[in-house]
Amino acid sequence: MRLTCPHCGPRGLEEFSYRGDATVRRPSLEAPEEDWIAYVYLRDNPCGAHKELWYHGSGCRAWLVVERNTLTHAVHSVNAVSVEDAP
Amino acid sequence: MSGERYSFFSLLRETLRGHTGWKPAWRKAAPQKAYDIVIVGGGGHGLATAYYLARRYGLTKIAVVEKGWIGGGNVGRNTTIVRSNYLLPGNVPFYEQSMKLWEGLEQDINYNAMVSQRGVLNLFHNDAQRNAYIRRGNAMRLNGVDAELLNREAVRAKLPFLDFDNARFPIQGGLLQRRGGTVRHDAVAWGYARAADRLGVDIIENCEVQGIRVHDGHVTGLETTRGFIGARKIGLACAGNSSRVAAMAGLRLPIESHVLQAFVSEGLKPFIDCVATFGAGHFYVSQSDKGGLVFGGDIDGYNSYAQRGNLPVVEDVLEGGMALMPRIGRVRLLRQWGGIMDMSMDGSPIIDRTSVGGLYLNAGWCYGGFKATPASGLCFAHLLARDEPHAVATAYRLDRFGKGAVIDEKGMGAQPNLH
Ligand SMILES: Cc1cc2nc3c(=O)[nH]c(=O)nc-3n(C[C@H](O)[C@H](O)[C@H](O)COP(=O)(O)OP(=O)(O)OC[C@H]3O[C@@H](n4cnc5c(N)ncnc54)[C@H](O)[C@@H]3O)c2cc1C
Ligand SMILES: [Zn+2]
Repeated sequence: MRLTCPHCGPRGLEEFSYRGDATVRRPSLEAPEEDWIAYVYLRDNPCGAHKELWYHGSGCRAWLVVERNTLTHAVHSVNAVSVEDAP
Repeated sequence: MSGERYSFFSLLRETLRGHTGWKPAWRKAAPQKAYDIVIVGGGGHGLATAYYLARRYGLTKIAVVEKGWIGGGNVGRNTTIVRSNYLLPGNVPFYEQSMKLWEGLEQDINYNAMVSQRGVLNLFHNDAQRNAYIRRGNAMRLNGVDAELLNREAVRAKLPFLDFDNARFPIQGGLLQRRGGTVRHDAVAWGYARAADRLGVDIIENCEVQGIRVHDGHVTGLETTRGFIGARKIGLACAGNSSRVAAMAGLRLPIESHVLQAFVSEGLKPFIDCVATFGAGHFYVSQSDKGGLVFGGDIDGYNSYAQRGNLPVVEDVLEGGMALMPRIGRVRLLRQWGGIMDMSMDGSPIIDRTSVGGLYLNAGWCYGGFKATPASGLCFAHLLARDEPHAVATAYRLDRFGKGAVIDEKGMGAQPNLH
C-alpha cells in the first residue's frame, strides 16, 4: 500500500501516520451528551469503502483525506483536507 | 469423559493401518430450528463460552455458529503468548483468573494444549522504564500474581546472546512473570470444540450470520447462510468482525478493526527458553517446539479487514529483532500472516449486555485476547446464564466509555491504533 500525496507524489506508508475515520464531526457545544460520546468513541468501522485522515509527517506535513477500501487496501483517492473535512 | 481415543496404543494401531481409523474430534452438526443460546463466532472465545455454559452452568441447547472453519480466525493466528502481567484494577483479577484456568485446562478438557509456563520477560532499557516495571510488578504482587525484577546480570545469565551494550538501548534488566508462557493455539480451539461437542453443544461450521432478527426489542434468532436459526439469547464473539455483526442489530461499537502480523522463522536448535519482549521497539519472540522463532510487533495501524499487512511493519519488526538479538540476522523467514482484531477505544475488552434484549457482546480484545480465552469464555458464559457479570469481569462494561470509566493500560486515549 502506497499513498500518492497531492503535494509529494507516491510515497511509502512509513512516511505517514494514521488518525482514523474522516467522517466523524464534532457536535455543537449545546449538543446532548450522547452525541459527544458517539463523536469521541463510536465508529462505523466499515468493511469496504472508508474515508480516513492521514498525516504526511515525513513529507509535506499536510493532513490528507484518503478514500480506501479496508478489505482490499485499494486506495481510491488522496486529497488535501478542505474546510468541509475538518472534524 | 472418554478421551482415551489418543493413547500410545491407538497411535501404534493407527500406524500399522496407515492412519485410516482416526475419527473427527467433533460432530459436523447441522443447525436445529432453535436453541436456548447461540454463540456467533467459533474462535477460542466462542468455543470456550459454549463449553463453560454446558460444563459449569448446566445448559445444553447451545450452538456455536462459525462462518468459516474452527481455528481459522485469530485463535489460530496469534503468537500464543499467555501472561497476566497487567497494571490496572479492572484487568488484573480477570487475567489472573485466566492464568489459573490455563494451569488446569488440559485436565479440565482432557486435551494436550501444550501449556508451557516458560516465563514472560519484559526487558527495560532506561531508568524510567525500570520504574514503570517496578510499579507494574508491585501491582501484580499486591494482587497475588507472581512478578520478579531481574537485573542486567540475571537477564544475561538467562539470555546471554542479547545485545546488552546496544549503543542506543542497552539492556538494564527485565520484569519476569515465570507463570506466563505459551499455549499451542490450535489445540485450544480443537480441545474446547471437542469438549463442548461431547457435552451436546452443536458446532456449526460454514455458517455465516447475515442478520439478527429482533422483535419488540428482543432477539428472536439469526439469519444465516444455512437458514434461520431461532435463539432466546445470542452471544457475539466475533473478534475482528464485531462491528459488522453488531451493526446487524443496529449497534455502533467503540471499536476499529486493525491488522496485526506475525512471523515464523525456519527451525533452529533450542536457544531461547522464554518469551522475551524488546522494551525499546515493537518486537517479541519465543521459540516453538519445532524450533521456529515465533515473533511479532506492532499493529499496522490503519483500519483493515484484509488479514494481511504491509511491508513497513515487517521492516519495523525485523529491525526490532536485530536490535535485540543480532544473531538472528542470517535466519530465514518461513511464514508470515495477518489477523484482524477489534481495537477498542481504550485498549480493553467488553463483556456485557447490549441495548437489545437477549443480545450479549464479547468484543474488543485487541492484540491480547488469546491469553484471555478461558476467562473470557467463563465470564461470558456466566453473563449469558445468570444475566449478571462475573465477579472478575465487572469493569468490562460497554457504557464505561460514556461514563469516563475507561480501562486504558497505556494511557493513550481514544485512539485505537496507539493501544
Ligand atoms: C498476529 C496476531 C498475534 C496475536 N498474538 C497474541 C498473543 O501472543 N497473545 C494473546 O493473548 N493474544 C494475541 N492475539 C490476539 C488474539 O488472537 C485474539 O484477541 C483472540 O484470538 C480473539 O478471540 P477469538 O479466538 O474468539 O477470535 P477468532 O478466532 O478470530 O474468532 C472469531 C470468529 O468469529 C467468526 N465470525 C466473524 N463474523 C462472523 C459471522 N458473521 N458469522 C459467523 N461467524 C463469524 C470468525 O470467522 C472467527 O472464526 C494475536 C492476534 C493476532 C492477529
Ligand atoms: Zn506530502
